[in-house]
Amino acid sequence: MSLKGFHIVFITVSTLLALGVGAWCIWVERMEGAPAFRAGAICSFVAALALIAYGVWFYRKMKRLRIIT
Amino acid sequence: MEIPYTVTARPDTGLWNAKVGIWLFLASEVMLFGGLFSAYVFLRLDAAPGAWPHGLLNVPVGTMNTAILIASSVTVVMAWASLKMRRFRAYWWYMLVTILCGVTFLGVKLIYEWPQKFEHFGAFIKKDALEKYEPYLGNHHLAEKGLAPRTEISGHLHNHEALHDENVKEYEIALDPVNADPTNPLMDRPHFLYVPPTEKLAKIEKADVEYANMFLPKHSAYFASYFTITGLHGLHVLGGVIVFTYLWLPVGTKLYKRNPEHLANRVEVAGLFWHFVDLVWIFVFPLFYLL
Repeated sequence: MSLKGFHIVFITVSTLLALGVGAWCIWVERMEGAPAFRAGAICSFVAALALIAYGVWFYRKMKRLRIIT
Repeated sequence: MEIPYTVTARPDTGLWNAKVGIWLFLASEVMLFGGLFSAYVFLRLDAAPGAWPHGLLNVPVGTMNTAILIASSVTVVMAWASLKMRRFRAYWWYMLVTILCGVTFLGVKLIYEWPQKFEHFGAFIKKDALEKYEPYLGNHHLAEKGLAPRTEISGHLHNHEALHDENVKEYEIALDPVNADPTNPLMDRPHFLYVPPTEKLAKIEKADVEYANMFLPKHSAYFASYFTITGLHGLHVLGGVIVFTYLWLPVGTKLYKRNPEHLANRVEVAGLFWHFVDLVWIFVFPLFYLL
């Protein structure tokens, strides 16, 4: 597997982590009643969206460049 | 002597040598970290209810370090892509940012997170003395709520000589909020944020203590696993930073002028290692900080 392929795997796992952290923040907020974690959940979901957007951009860019196989 | 197959693929493997080498190395690394993660999971599953520390690590700081590592993975790929496109200046900047990310990650670990633990103290109270320290443990309150009892009193140790001097008969601790106000419902669950010790002092007789120590690896199975895994991971980050710095220095410039594809391949191999190290952290973070 090339660095390109491993990077796509890594970004996928990172996206799952961001979604997981967001879900965890919501759980903590509900269980512990800690409002600070609401901001954490929002940030995590925004980060997950950003990672998805980046992943799509990266995949397209690498495909377009063709110099990187 | 020219080393063969550093740029072109070997006919039998279809890959250049370093790529085969790095994947074999990463396979061994998977076994190393896999063994340590398994050990951690089994130690945790075997722990008595309420005995395994939870929520002691600072989640916002851990999240920031995770973001730094993810960002560094992006920059290292951009550095490699820049070399492939023969844009050396862009490569130089991306590599510099990658190095800085690695150094920042290590700095947060070594200057902030670890020392904060080393300065913390915990004393596990003997079963027959739990009642004596009820004002600091709040176990009656926990029992009413059906929660697991507390056996540890923690905070900042005022008389460090008590750890070694047998003539000192008690520990003086500036209590953590959980022991300063144990019946407060806010203390029933972990905080996941750094909460500084209170001004409230407690004296704990050594005769009543089962075991006491600073938050070092020997404090508990939790801290032994935490420091082993994050320490080993930190060493990998350090290794990556050293390799990146080598490739970023004039040595890399010389190699680029001689054979740019050779430098690109070296950066790709280092980048694969870096991605693996970051992937390990993606598992460390939820396992130690969140769950």
